[in-house]
Amino acid sequence: MTWPILSVITALPTVGALLVFLMARGGEEAAARNARWIALWTTVIVFAISLLLIARFDPSQAGFQFVEEGRWLASTIGYKMGVDGISLPFVILTTALMPFCIVASWKSVAKRVPAYMMAFLVLESLMIGTFSALDLVLFYVFFEGGLIPMFLIIGVWGGPRRVYASFKFFLYTLLGSVLMLLAIMALYWNAGTTDIPTLMTTAVPRSLQTWAWLAFFASFAVKMPMWPVHTWLPDAHVEAPTAGSVILAAILLKMGGYGFLRFSLPMFPLASHDFAPLVYTLSVVAIIYTSLVALVQEDMKKLIAYSSVAHMGFVTMGIFAGTMQGVAGGVFQMISHGIVSGALFLCVGVVYDRMHTREIAAYGGLVNRMPLYALAFMVFTMANVGLPGTSGFVGEFLSLIGTFKVSLPTAFFATFGVILSAAYALWLYRKIVFGALVKPSLATIKDLTFREVLTLAPLLILTVLFGVYPKPVLDMSAASVQQLVTNYSHAITAVKAAALMH
Amino acid sequence: MIQAIVFLPLLGAILAGLIALAGAHARNPSGDTIEHGHDDHAHASHAHDDHGHDDAHGHDDHHAPAEPPAAGTAAAELITTALLFVSAALSWITFVNVGFMKQDTLVHVLPWINSGDLQIAWSLRVDTLTAVMLVVVTTVSSLVHFYSIGYMDEDPNRPRFFGYLSLFTFAMLMLVTSDNLVQLFFGWEGVGLASYLLIGFWYQKPSANAAAIKAFVVNRVGDFGFSLGIFAIFMLIGSVDFETIFHAAPGLTGKTIDFLGWQVDALTLTCLLLFMGAMGKSAQFLLHTWLPDAMEGPTPVSALIHAATMVTAGVFMVARLSPLFELAPNAQAFVMLIGGTTAMFAATIGLVQNDIKRIVAYSTCSQLGYMFVAMGAGAYSVGMFHLFTHAFFKALLFLGSGSVIYAMHHEQDIRKMGGLWRKIPYTYVTMVIGTLALTGFPLTAGFFSKDAIIESAYVSQNPFAFYGFLMTVIAAGLTSFYSWRLIFKTFHGKPHDQHHYDAAHEPPLWLLIPLGVLAAGSILAGFPFKELFAGHGIEEFFRESLKMHPNIIEEMHHIPETIKNLPFVMMVIGFIVAFIFYIRRPDLPVELAEQQPLLYKFLLNKWYFDELYDVLFVRSAKWLGRVLWKDGDGFIIDGFGPNGVAARVLDAARGVKRVQTGYLYHYAFVMLIGVAGLITWFMFGLGGQ
Repeated sequence: MTWPILSVITALPTVGALLVFLMARGGEEAAARNARWIALWTTVIVFAISLLLIARFDPSQAGFQFVEEGRWLASTIGYKMGVDGISLPFVILTTALMPFCIVASWKSVAKRVPAYMMAFLVLESLMIGTFSALDLVLFYVFFEGGLIPMFLIIGVWGGPRRVYASFKFFLYTLLGSVLMLLAIMALYWNAGTTDIPTLMTTAVPRSLQTWAWLAFFASFAVKMPMWPVHTWLPDAHVEAPTAGSVILAAILLKMGGYGFLRFSLPMFPLASHDFAPLVYTLSVVAIIYTSLVALVQEDMKKLIAYSSVAHMGFVTMGIFAGTMQGVAGGVFQMISHGIVSGALFLCVGVVYDRMHTREIAAYGGLVNRMPLYALAFMVFTMANVGLPGTSGFVGEFLSLIGTFKVSLPTAFFATFGVILSAAYALWLYRKIVFGALVKPSLATIKDLTFREVLTLAPLLILTVLFGVYPKPVLDMSAASVQQLVTNYSHAITAVKAAALMH
Repeated sequence: MIQAIVFLPLLGAILAGLIALAGAHARNPSGDTIEHGHDDHAHASHAHDDHGHDDAHGHDDHHAPAEPPAAGTAAAELITTALLFVSAALSWITFVNVGFMKQDTLVHVLPWINSGDLQIAWSLRVDTLTAVMLVVVTTVSSLVHFYSIGYMDEDPNRPRFFGYLSLFTFAMLMLVTSDNLVQLFFGWEGVGLASYLLIGFWYQKPSANAAAIKAFVVNRVGDFGFSLGIFAIFMLIGSVDFETIFHAAPGLTGKTIDFLGWQVDALTLTCLLLFMGAMGKSAQFLLHTWLPDAMEGPTPVSALIHAATMVTAGVFMVARLSPLFELAPNAQAFVMLIGGTTAMFAATIGLVQNDIKRIVAYSTCSQLGYMFVAMGAGAYSVGMFHLFTHAFFKALLFLGSGSVIYAMHHEQDIRKMGGLWRKIPYTYVTMVIGTLALTGFPLTAGFFSKDAIIESAYVSQNPFAFYGFLMTVIAAGLTSFYSWRLIFKTFHGKPHDQHHYDAAHEPPLWLLIPLGVLAAGSILAGFPFKELFAGHGIEEFFRESLKMHPNIIEEMHHIPETIKNLPFVMMVIGFIVAFIFYIRRPDLPVELAEQQPLLYKFLLNKWYFDELYDVLFVRSAKWLGRVLWKDGDGFIIDGFGPNGVAARVLDAARGVKRVQTGYLYHYAFVMLIGVAGLITWFMFGLGGQ
């Protein structure tokens, strides 16, 4: 490897943002046009470069690849980047979805376009950085920094209650991040380094494990979000512009799950094991509780937001099952949910752009005039329901089968989600798409434009492809997941053996 | 060859789907703006009027007949139907090759889900059990495709319809050729999707949409059990491949699972969970409520999916897993209990229904119960025999009903028919043949398979064997009654709606040819196959694909003559009662209904299951959802969490102008400074150490 790919794709979007700042001048119209094109080209180029990562990635290696190191702050805090099989899928997911977000905002965002594009580009940098940082402090900066552009996107370009939503979002995540910072310091004092690969192999005393685990958990659980700290998500989604919702659901939520995989399980295996029942309980409550709440929603985005919380419940459950299938299922579920929920929010955006309402009752019978839309929405609804043959099934199935071995009651109650998701997703589809087109306001609604087909078709293809042939994603992460699971079970059996000796 | 059988329908589905999509796209313009033109408005309300008018007409109705058919309709019909006929021809060749030449095959297509020790592949397995299903599925499907060309001729959305039909066939074929539980589950849910789409094919009708969702969700309840069964198998055996499971299963006897603090026999629990899936798909007692409502779909769909193929998937699954069920006698007892109950229960409801399709639907439900009785008895091949013969005569009865409905201009209420045999004699004759086969008239197909089931229940050692026997015998009488009631009220007596009667005419050949073929099948599918399915040929024919209960076939051949003749006696009684009630003394049934209003209402309202479930599940789930949302999320979590804090912050914010810009930037800036400050402190703090 001759050049630092990870640093390049992390920095490029920020460079793009600078370009927008410098070049998007002139009249408002011209500035907006320039900003859009610069943002689109930047994200497309970043995506193209990130494909090199896939080409050069060796899936048989469990460790970190493309590692870059440099000095940063003082002598101990380094600038270290690298990806393994667990983080690479998220990097690709991020770079792949960004161009769609830019295209989806092409017409729907009309005010302060250059600033909007800059916020998105900076956000992309921070998200890629989060997934590829190999230093705790660096990770923390990226992880928390991502809040700022998202906060602005909701707060400036959001709906009528955007101030309430953005503050709620901010307050929740602030709570977690303070605690996480303390834990990061504690880890440093324990190991004398903030280097993640080193920390992953450093034993942490049991008492510290418990406290550090809880501190990290506070931050990641809010991001996930897990029940009962999920209430910021529906509000944030409802108020966010379409592309903001897509990024929020598809990528920002995954940071929590990624954090569990990168920190909680490898660094605090004993605490993870001790707290697993807590996580199971919260996951199962999330799956059943939020599915029931989704059943009675009146706002399309809220319904999908609640269904996201339920789907993330499968992820946390699978990860803390600590089995190969559970963890691989969790990773796959996050990638699949990134594609599917992103696409569902795009679908909502399509009709929102036309009718400027997200109220379910305002729609009905769209299939009569929007057959392409009906098809796309149907595929994504079925993926949300977890129909075999779509990517939604593989993640759900793996995480459940992996959990069943470890905790039968958890898997038993979580499987109720399968029934409830069918109920709320099909109900939503019926209310919006099926039926006769009788509402006068919808009489002249038109089908997907070429631009919209362009954003939905690739996601549709990926949804079906990964449902029928999930091997590329599963293989990419298999070695790293295997290593994670092996280390985790070794740590636990070692403690059990020691306990027996005494 | 097996690849061609399975994937040709998929190809047809894709092509028809593309044609449908292209046509629909051509008619509906793209654009993200809303116009407010007068003309468009008028058009929309006009379309609505059409719809209201149609609804008044009846259930099984075509919509917006004025709309021109989509471009490429003929091509879509031709492609899908031709591909299905090729697939059917190949299936019959495979049937001979596998059944008689013993050329079982297993083809690996692609890896699917691989994670650690979980290895799942897409593969096509063909043994005799599969071959029987291949023949049933492709034969009925190709005939239904053919029939639909005539039946759907007024519908503008035919390419979509044919695409769905072929998609269904593909999913069903994936189901029957699977070599592991997860691919079986893929086909299982795939047929569920196709069923959902086809029940809701006339998507402008609210009742069709409701029925489609109900079918999907009720099936999901069954799939809940099915999924848990798969998980349990994987936990116990470490694989989901059939061969590995069957090989390891005997070692599991006596093992227990801790199920919510309760030690349960592992095999019994697993089989019961898997059977829960079968109960959903095959509309067995407690999970049956979706099947009658599924009649909202076009009639050819009812014939293909809700009579001949999809609903038999549960029976097929139990047969496929016979090596497992044979080791779990308690699970078998439950299968017999549910099967017997359903056979009886559905038949009682069928007695009083007035919608021609719903009568046949309850009859299907009841006949599926028969098949499960055979499964519970361990006479798997006998259950498969009934599945095989039932596919012919039940598809015939549905398509015949469709022919009546077509002739009556979409009237489905048998109270408004009568005397039709003069108008549509060909349909009448084929319907009578189907009825003879269903009621088990000697030498028709149903005679051999149904009697074999009743005999198997009689000799079985299942604790519910006598219950199963009794229920199936009584249900045989009820079946005969409601079937002849249908025939008499539809085709005999005086016409009750002169206007419809005068307009009735024999439908075109597209409809009549499949009726003829199926009528022939209803007679011929019995005797020639008797030895293979319920005689001494079983071992030679099915070989490893089924694990029969030892000696059950032998014992069936030695039962008393009186028992053997019992079903025939019941059939004759049913016929005579129906004849008296509906030909000789048509006033009697009315009087009876008036004398026993409670019983009549109870049966007419299907034992009030829909009402019960509505209160128990639908309403209570919605109520709970609302409480959790408003009180849980809104009052408790938000009230004590962020809102308390946020309210204070917002109070402060109200004083500041231009809240949406300066203030937020300000906050973000403070946070950034804070992060930088913490890092600085961290750096210096560490430097000092």
